[in-house]
Amino acid sequence: MMVKSGNYSNKRDLVNKQDMNIVIVGHVDHGKSTVIGRLLADTNSLPEGKLEQVKETCRRNSKPFEYAFLLDALKDEQAQGITIDTARCFFQTERRNYIIIDAPGHIEFLKNMITGASRAEAALLVIDASEGIQENSRRHGYMLSMLGIKQVCVLVNKMDLIGYSEKPFRRIEKQYRRFLKKVDVEPLCFIPISAREGDNVANHSGKMPWYRGKNVLEVLDSFENEQLPEDKPFRMPVQDVYKFTKGGDNRRIIAGTIETGKISVGDEVIFYPSGKRTRIKSIECFNREPLSSIGAGWAAGFTVTEQIYVKRGEIMCRANELKPKATGRMLVNLFWLGKNPLVKDKIYYLKLGTAKVGMQLEEIRSVMDASNLVSRKKEQVDRNEVAECILTLDRHIAFDLMSDIAKTSRFVIVDDYEISGGGIVISELEDQTSWVRDKVIMRNYKWIGSEISAETRALKYKHNAALILITGEKQSPRKELGRALEKQLFDDGKLVYYLGMGSVLYGVDADLIDHKVIPPSRQEHIRRLTEVAHIMLDAGMIFIISARELTADDYDVICTGIPSEKITVIWVGGEKTTDIPVNMYIDSISDIDECVRMVRKHVKL
Amino acid sequence: MNHLDKLENKSIHILREAYANFKNLCMLWSIGKDSTVLLWLARKAFFGHVPFPLVHIDTHYKIPEMIEYRDRLALEWGLDMIYGENREALDKKLTYPDGNATRIECCKLLKTEALKNTLNGKWPRYRLNHAKGAYEIDSNTEPYTGVIVGVRADEEGSRSKERYFSPRDRNSDWDIGDQPPEFWGQFKTDFAPGTHLRIHPLLDWTELDIWEYMKRENIPTVSLYYDHGEGKRYRSLGCWPCTFPVESDAKDVDGIINELKTGKFANIAERSGRAQDKEDGGGLEELRKGGYM
Repeated sequence: MMVKSGNYSNKRDLVNKQDMNIVIVGHVDHGKSTVIGRLLADTNSLPEGKLEQVKETCRRNSKPFEYAFLLDALKDEQAQGITIDTARCFFQTERRNYIIIDAPGHIEFLKNMITGASRAEAALLVIDASEGIQENSRRHGYMLSMLGIKQVCVLVNKMDLIGYSEKPFRRIEKQYRRFLKKVDVEPLCFIPISAREGDNVANHSGKMPWYRGKNVLEVLDSFENEQLPEDKPFRMPVQDVYKFTKGGDNRRIIAGTIETGKISVGDEVIFYPSGKRTRIKSIECFNREPLSSIGAGWAAGFTVTEQIYVKRGEIMCRANELKPKATGRMLVNLFWLGKNPLVKDKIYYLKLGTAKVGMQLEEIRSVMDASNLVSRKKEQVDRNEVAECILTLDRHIAFDLMSDIAKTSRFVIVDDYEISGGGIVISELEDQTSWVRDKVIMRNYKWIGSEISAETRALKYKHNAALILITGEKQSPRKELGRALEKQLFDDGKLVYYLGMGSVLYGVDADLIDHKVIPPSRQEHIRRLTEVAHIMLDAGMIFIISARELTADDYDVICTGIPSEKITVIWVGGEKTTDIPVNMYIDSISDIDECVRMVRKHVKL
Repeated sequence: MNHLDKLENKSIHILREAYANFKNLCMLWSIGKDSTVLLWLARKAFFGHVPFPLVHIDTHYKIPEMIEYRDRLALEWGLDMIYGENREALDKKLTYPDGNATRIECCKLLKTEALKNTLNGKWPRYRLNHAKGAYEIDSNTEPYTGVIVGVRADEEGSRSKERYFSPRDRNSDWDIGDQPPEFWGQFKTDFAPGTHLRIHPLLDWTELDIWEYMKRENIPTVSLYYDHGEGKRYRSLGCWPCTFPVESDAKDVDGIINELKTGKFANIAERSGRAQDKEDGGGLEELRKGGYM
């Protein structure tokens, strides 16, 4: 005999059978618990004597027995009376071991419903035949669509209350099919059942001869286990780059979980949004035979042939496959779970894959009540609402569109430490630095690598490459500080170079000055300065630039070409007059040696 | 990918997320089978290394073989091993074996309190000096903000409601009624100052999964789990005054797997040999809210 819940799960046949997580959703009181109780009872999945025990308790309390009590009895053991969260039960058929996730039907617990449903491969959606489609029947249907659960079966329950008649069943089926179509869910089937009486759950009920379809167990067994998406383009969000030197280990391992696709030793890979390129040298494992290829689902680790600088948040892709998008603006569909509404002029974090980036709400296209699909123009998105929005990110990240690769199109939004919303990217939008970024991606892609890695250079020069930007108002002593800093670092044996913006204007930028190239000429100046800086940093140098009144826009362009953690911005002389983010302020340089000492302390050089 | 591969890779993903997001991270190692599998998974996730300290709460009533096994593996695998304890309660003999506390009170003092004050750095932490092979007072007293714990959802009631990343407030309390949503492989990794997160990479594993994985990976375990001819073995390890062996003749991993699948334990709760679970009704959930793993 097979048993449910907690400790009793040991009898699951792990070797010969597949597992499947099923979520059961629907409006409150439409009979989810009764359906589960009935499934457990009819598949002999209850602990020995449980059914008799609950029946006996009901008899003693002169209460009619209900199958939902079975679940409550099990839950009490398992959950000590707390039923607001998702609970898990186990049962099995000839084909599979099922884990049923009972999602709460109250709207207050939508976030728990989502937590439960997102672990499922298929869903049973319960509708009360006598009450018909209710608010959460629709809302849950919509959430299944957002969560990407494709296999859905609708159970029209409590058929006994409407005399097992076909007409109301067909009416609900027609209405609800129409709704699901709008949210892009195609249910496998609608089954008329009475969970209380057991009709069409595990048997073919004689009370509804007009229904010739599958019963609930047969439908469950007809669901397909999700295939690992190995046939899609390769995507691996980089979780980390490890270099554990303990015990003489000198491997530099790029680690992450492969979302889609597969890859082999020798394959060329490109990291986005940087566009950097290398080849797979080895697939690293512990306590396992070495592998020559690996695919979706594996938590993997790679060493690469060319030592490039990549970091957490980038997506590793395979060359000659569909490229991901890389931008800092996007059109999205999202649902909001936060206690506070989603509003403009507030900084949030967006997490997509392993990237985490500052985010603001730019525009709300429409807000929709997921329970009736009525759209409204609103200035904020409230709890349990869904919306189409434009989001602006602090920096660009790589992602895919929902229509291309769902897994890398999904994101969550963090508000005040809490995950408060989730969504999918519908399309990428141009942002202010798109034009620079395309050039940087191409530059990185075409970059001819060197035998000497950045680490080797840093070891030789005894310092890392760094960019120090000195800016301030027109009369500020930027150049003086830059030159003094260069001199002292040089005297200390550092590889250092100072460059004033003026030195770039009439050389590297001569064509811009001559032809007054627009658009936007200032940004092109900055882009070229960034490219010069990129070369100097690649050479392992500490590069000092002085330029007048750099702005946040300028800084964004610079960060597009150079990782922001290598940049230090110093504002010299008086109050800041632009919006550039500054790491360090220096009021006056009357004691220049002291200023240089402070800067060196700040940049640790 | 088979069932164990899926579990293994999900756990590794969670461990790497924890390592990437928490500066002050540690892993609790009770020396039992679950947290030992967790330790093994960490070695897999980080390619043979364990880049954070392992914390053990020593009640000084652990079965001696457990401590020997702990220190042997710590030295062999190059682990950054730390232990903490409730010195005051031990000195004042406020324990169950001394007759001065109930089982639950004893657990609260020697485990919950010791754990809380070891994690927040208020009580001394003892760190293994590998060169000397001995423990010394650790100079680092910073609180751990991420604590990796080997609990499984199927162990007992309250654990079935856990998240993979589960917040604890300033008093290490767990708010079961208001847990963060968790979907699409995104976890709660942001936390207010003074609070911390418990990270549960083994949430989806069952007792049987643990043993089948032990077998597959050939992970060394304490021999207390096996019968040495007396027809008795430990199914779950704790302090000797409160943990009793079960009747069993399982002499190795295969024996245990067979017993769990077909034998008498298929329908009996794993922690049935733990006396504190029975002492009061909702005891474990109460202990758990207070920080006991």
